[in-house]
Amino acid sequence: MNSLALVLTVFVACAVEAVEALTIVLAAGLTREWRSTLQGMAAALAVLAVAVAVIGPALTLVPLTALRLVVGALLAVFGLQWLRKAILRASGYKDLHDEGAIYARQVAAAQAARVEGRRGVHDWYAFTLSFKGVLLEGLEVVFIALTFGANQHNLGLAAAGAAAAVVLVAAVGIAVRAPLSRVPENAMKFAVGVMLSSFGVFWGAEGAGVSWPGHDAALLVIVPAMALVGLGYTALLRRTRAAARAGAPAVERSAA
Amino acid sequence: MSRWLRSFGAFWYDFVIGDDWRGAAVVAVALALTALLVHAASVNAWWLLPVALVAALGWSLRRATARKP
Repeated sequence: MNSLALVLTVFVACAVEAVEALTIVLAAGLTREWRSTLQGMAAALAVLAVAVAVIGPALTLVPLTALRLVVGALLAVFGLQWLRKAILRASGYKDLHDEGAIYARQVAAAQAARVEGRRGVHDWYAFTLSFKGVLLEGLEVVFIALTFGANQHNLGLAAAGAAAAVVLVAAVGIAVRAPLSRVPENAMKFAVGVMLSSFGVFWGAEGAGVSWPGHDAALLVIVPAMALVGLGYTALLRRTRAAARAGAPAVERSAA
Repeated sequence: MSRWLRSFGAFWYDFVIGDDWRGAAVVAVALALTALLVHAASVNAWWLLPVALVAALGWSLRRATARKP
């Protein structure tokens, strides 16, 4: 269960971030020039690889209880963020992540910027746009892969899940040469939020000294319970929003 | 240098804590209470963190949606 959950969580989280990074890379590559864009992407991937190579082995030296406490707390906070955002988007309180609109904005900005070479890079704008996009989206993936992998003592499996997602998204991106706006990003973010908060709760409490009833099998209850709570909050907010919107014109009319 | 440090700190704050610091505060307090109950009172408080997380999520959502149509 834990190994499967590890791979699936890292894969889905990585796929979501890779879709977002792909939008930026495509905007830079198709509007400016591919050489500088790919240099920026390669530089960002190199920085991420160094972060994994340095932090990964260091994490395995930390005692498991302390690691679970700190990593559990971070994952719970991180999962809460993802879940909160996904629920607000699903209930209409926040706009859905629109890859098509983001792509159009990036293309407009890229077309307006002038070409300027720096430090051996022909188009510095394309390089930095691609570098920042890949690095920022990749940091979240590195964080999730490292924390999950270190806790499960299986950094290789976590890295494999992340690499598989990147390869898949890159292959689809090369094939369609357009942002992947049909990917159900919010549903994927909701699923990742559920997994991160569930594992954060499980490991955090274990690190604090708790002994879970049923040990690892407790996750079979925590994960669906967290998903149900998320779905429940979404339904509640949708109903509240619909009621508020239905009542708003009547209130305005009576005020007039 | 101080501007760089400020933006570096702001980046990591936004990365880990995000839009609502209260969620992180609830998680930290709940973990501290859990450790206290386990080690000082020998209570296996496995239920405390999940309850706190669900409450923090609800609280954060309520704050985010208040006064929004």
